[in-house]
Amino acid sequence: MNYLNNIRNKLFLKESFWAAIMILPALVGTFFFIIIPVIGSFTISLTRWNLISSPKFVGLDNYIKLLSDQLFYDVLITTFIYAISVVIFSIAIPLILAVALNEKIKCLTAFRTAYFLPVITPMIVAAIVWSWIFDPNNGILNFMLTQIGINSPPLWLFDDKWSLIAIIIVSVWKNIGYNMVIFLAGLQGIPESLYEAAKIDGANTIKKLWHITIPMLTPTIFFVCIMSTISAFQVFDLIYLMTEGGPENSTMVIVYWLFKNAFEFFKLGYASSIAYVLFVIILILTLIQWKLRKKWVMFE
Amino acid sequence: MEIKKKMGNVRIRKFIAYTILIIGALSMILPFIWMVLTSFMTNSQIFSYPPQIIPKTFLWENYTEVSEKIPLFRYFLNSLLVSIATVIGQIITCSMAAYAFARLNFKYKEFIFLIFLATMMIPPQVNIVPLFFLMRELHWIDTYWALIIPGIFGGFGIFLLRQWFLSFPAELEDAAKIDGCNPLETFWHIALPLALPAIVTLGIFSFITSWNSFMWPLIVTNSEVMKTLPVGLASFKGSFRETTEWAQLMAASVVSVIPVIVVFILGQKYFVKGIMMGAIKE
Repeated sequence: MNYLNNIRNKLFLKESFWAAIMILPALVGTFFFIIIPVIGSFTISLTRWNLISSPKFVGLDNYIKLLSDQLFYDVLITTFIYAISVVIFSIAIPLILAVALNEKIKCLTAFRTAYFLPVITPMIVAAIVWSWIFDPNNGILNFMLTQIGINSPPLWLFDDKWSLIAIIIVSVWKNIGYNMVIFLAGLQGIPESLYEAAKIDGANTIKKLWHITIPMLTPTIFFVCIMSTISAFQVFDLIYLMTEGGPENSTMVIVYWLFKNAFEFFKLGYASSIAYVLFVIILILTLIQWKLRKKWVMFE
Repeated sequence: MEIKKKMGNVRIRKFIAYTILIIGALSMILPFIWMVLTSFMTNSQIFSYPPQIIPKTFLWENYTEVSEKIPLFRYFLNSLLVSIATVIGQIITCSMAAYAFARLNFKYKEFIFLIFLATMMIPPQVNIVPLFFLMRELHWIDTYWALIIPGIFGGFGIFLLRQWFLSFPAELEDAAKIDGCNPLETFWHIALPLALPAIVTLGIFSFITSWNSFMWPLIVTNSEVMKTLPVGLASFKGSFRETTEWAQLMAASVVSVIPVIVVFILGQKYFVKGIMMGAIKE
């Protein structure tokens, strides 16, 4: 008995040794490039620091300053408006498209490729093309708008009332394909027998959609909703590339503001406190998602 | 009569479905077509009114001129090198760790795995200030190290591959064990080849993510020779208010979008699978 235990122990030790070797590279990297920085970020948020002089501990000063900064509230509101609009449209449109694709359509792959092009395109390319489309003088969009009788179309990126809308359009355009694929998988996971039963009961297309498809898809919709919200809060590239937060701060979102404070104004402490506000927002969203994950359908 | 009505219904539904899908697909693709067409136009044609769709002559000059103005080829090589190195680094570190979590027994296994899962909750932007400082201390600013190394680590790859290793029977590895292979050898000879589809999925994902990555390369590069394609293009574009070189910008855009399209078309199947695997993460 003792002898057996001994062997078992030895084997376990041996396995632990190999496990350590195999995990170590990932663990060391994660420790240095994720875990230390995330602690460092909080520490920096308690200091005043401009990269040149050494950091000075100021306690919660940055957070207090943040709460009394009007721009902080403006930035949060802009970010929320952006996130909510993007999420609504990048759920509704892909949902409709996925339902249409699920109608035993020919050339499914061709359609999927088309919808996927924006997803895989670098943001800089999307930004260049859409800046050109939105161009008030030579852009194709305003030309078409004047053709259908709109005589003074918006200046888009140059107009503080329209700039955020323009950014939202590009974001939604880029997200559609990704969410559509997830919804399509969700749809394909709904058992055919439910529809057959409904058919026998004499339900029409709209009724089937409302009483079977949408309820069965709710977990997927919820999942996409949370994931899209998380990524919407992290928007940066588009803002940097298309509007630089302007005009008049109308597109100043939280990550771009964080970037400006850190790498243009060199207020690293202040920037880190903004980073932690972002972290807390995303943490809350993630926890909601984890709490409710058991209710999701597993598909594939 | 009833059947006829049903057939009509199906036809109407199909018609509506196709109409929606075609309109949607056009709005996805038209900006790209517009981009390609504009890349062949002369400046005078671009600024003419009404806007013209078809280039008068297909000018290749925009492509050659833009590659003379900015080191487009260098940007391209940088992006390619950084993306491929990130993919390789990620596959090596993630697949080994994932295998250990799926197959080996050791102390604190659950706890360590939880740490990796928890890192997935951290938005990368939160870490950007201390990470920049770390790069400066390591003298990695404006080097490939800064562009490649931090991008390798993250919980997603480990999670994805662990799921895969868990999904096939451990008996497959028994023969290797009996032959006296240690876990690393078993992993290398048996598990890794079997995991190829999942590894390709991870590879395509991380290639496209790395190729498109913008904020981090923007922060850690200064010199022209170190810029990746998105960063180089962004500085060429400059402030959006001043841009006039649309044709050349479009030509450079076409060049930067081609690799991702190629990778996507080659691995479309895997890419879609990857989204599904991401979507069902616990």
